Amino acid sequence: MNGTLVVFRREFAAYFSTPLAYVFLAFFLVLTGIYQWAFMGFYNADQASLQSLFSGLPWLFLALIPALGMRLWSEERHSGTIELLLTLPISVAQAVLGKFLAAWAFVGVALGLLVSEWVTVTYLGEPDHGVIAASFMGAFLMAGAFLAFAALVSSLTKNQVLAFVVTLVLLLVNLTVGFPGVADWLGAVLPSTLHQAIKDSSFLVRFDAISRGVLDLRDVLFFLSAMALCLFANATVVDLRKGA
Amino acid sequence: MIELVKLSKRFGSLHAVDGLSLSIQRGEVLGFLGPNGAGKSTTMKMITGFLPPTEGKITVLDYDVVQQTREAQACMGYLPEGAPLYPDMTPRGLLGFCAAARGLTGQARKTAIGRAIERTELGGVMNQRIETLSKGFKRRVGLAQAILHDPPVLVLDEPTDGLDPNQKAQVRALIHEMSADKVVVLSTHILEEVEAVCTRATIMAEGRLRFDGTPVELRKRSRFFNSIELHLTGSSEGAGRAIEGINGVDSVQPIETTDGNNAMRIFPRDKQALLAPVTALISQRGWQVEHLFVDPGRLDDVFRVMTRDGSTEERESSSAPGGPSPLGKRETPEQLTSKS
Repeated sequence: MNGTLVVFRREFAAYFSTPLAYVFLAFFLVLTGIYQWAFMGFYNADQASLQSLFSGLPWLFLALIPALGMRLWSEERHSGTIELLLTLPISVAQAVLGKFLAAWAFVGVALGLLVSEWVTVTYLGEPDHGVIAASFMGAFLMAGAFLAFAALVSSLTKNQVLAFVVTLVLLLVNLTVGFPGVADWLGAVLPSTLHQAIKDSSFLVRFDAISRGVLDLRDVLFFLSAMALCLFANATVVDLRKGA
Repeated sequence: MIELVKLSKRFGSLHAVDGLSLSIQRGEVLGFLGPNGAGKSTTMKMITGFLPPTEGKITVLDYDVVQQTREAQACMGYLPEGAPLYPDMTPRGLLGFCAAARGLTGQARKTAIGRAIERTELGGVMNQRIETLSKGFKRRVGLAQAILHDPPVLVLDEPTDGLDPNQKAQVRALIHEMSADKVVVLSTHILEEVEAVCTRATIMAEGRLRFDGTPVELRKRSRFFNSIELHLTGSSEGAGRAIEGINGVDSVQPIETTDGNNAMRIFPRDKQALLAPVTALISQRGWQVEHLFVDPGRLDDVFRVMTRDGSTEERESSSAPGGPSPLGKRETPEQLTSKS
């Protein structure tokens, strides 16, 4: 069996062998529910759309994905199991990819649970299914980019809490620079090319574009290349620092 | 089967392993002895392809570990130090994972897991989470994982650490049983273990090899090797001087006793056997012997001498029996009182 698949299966099963997965999923559903209904006024908007759900998702991911990704490599290094893992005839790249894909698939499960909301709005009205499908895809891609980044940070330290905090802060910065108010302010104080570069690399801007229903290939490629870049760096770090 | 050529590993300015060369053949059980930080674990991590060497070459079964890491890893079983395992898995899950990672599927996988379980006697805990297992069971799961694919090369970092005496004996028997057609490399702090399971003993200190030979040869390096401890009762005036006159005796040192016996330790010249001439003298003089013991040599003594700073040869000559070694003098009273 392929090394990536073997690692993927172990990791994915590991989520469900502890209460972690169930707590995470419950938390995720409760928070999306609260957000959507209490703050965004899902009913008052009187619109058959999930805009209220997806506009809040980046911020929810900001809190939840670092929690999911922090253990990916920190735990292996802390407990020494990295030695077990990397002396099996599996390459570092396969291990990195397998772990990442398992975590990403887990987020996929969480997003899958939100399909119930899709069903709800379909029952209540006539939503634009194209926009919702694009939004789900955008959310999945964004989660992947978040996770790949979390995995990279996790490989840099044995300390899970540190990995969590650093990931959260850096992702917060990334999201904030794309937030309309902040983006406008940055546009006023920074040279326009730099401002554009920062704006273009914000996950928030990219995700907003997709969740409006415009599935631009450039945005998709942006997320995919962000993942590839982080995972490549992740593998490099694991390889260089495994004995440290 | 395993070839280490001028192997070095540096962590910053620290030379963890410094120019180590070794060749290990099939059927050998090689024990790495050495104090903490001697480079034993680092060497094992390099053999198993976990850490790349700073310099030098490692070949396992004709595979270059650095260039053909996965091919080399496929024919090795490894128990890392402390037997790290995924705590939230069951032994069954963990062994299944390792088997899959090693490309074992279907019936082959079942057979391999079944055999590993049987050999390590894990049957009763297969479905229990690893974090709930005792230290002994965890170690056995680690061993089961290492022997799962019946590898020709086994690398075991402190395989019996933390086990109770029964479990230690069990693990040693297991290693012994498997060693016939394999190469086994193990590290240990327990000197007796080297004699119990190893066909070849090495001592490492400061990243270098200080000794390489059989456990018996290691023992022979002890300055106590073939020395005779003799306790006489009754009248035995001048016994010490008389024994010193025997051809081949280097020196006789008195041992203090609480029971008023005339006790002494007889050191031979060049570690030769003295039992025959000593017993001949005893019967000729009619001394009453309470206790007579020919020392087979003490591993802890050799270990201490060899792992101190400086080269082996230097220490060896200066610690010759009765020699003017400050080391010898310092250790003699402690050694002698603890012995009697």
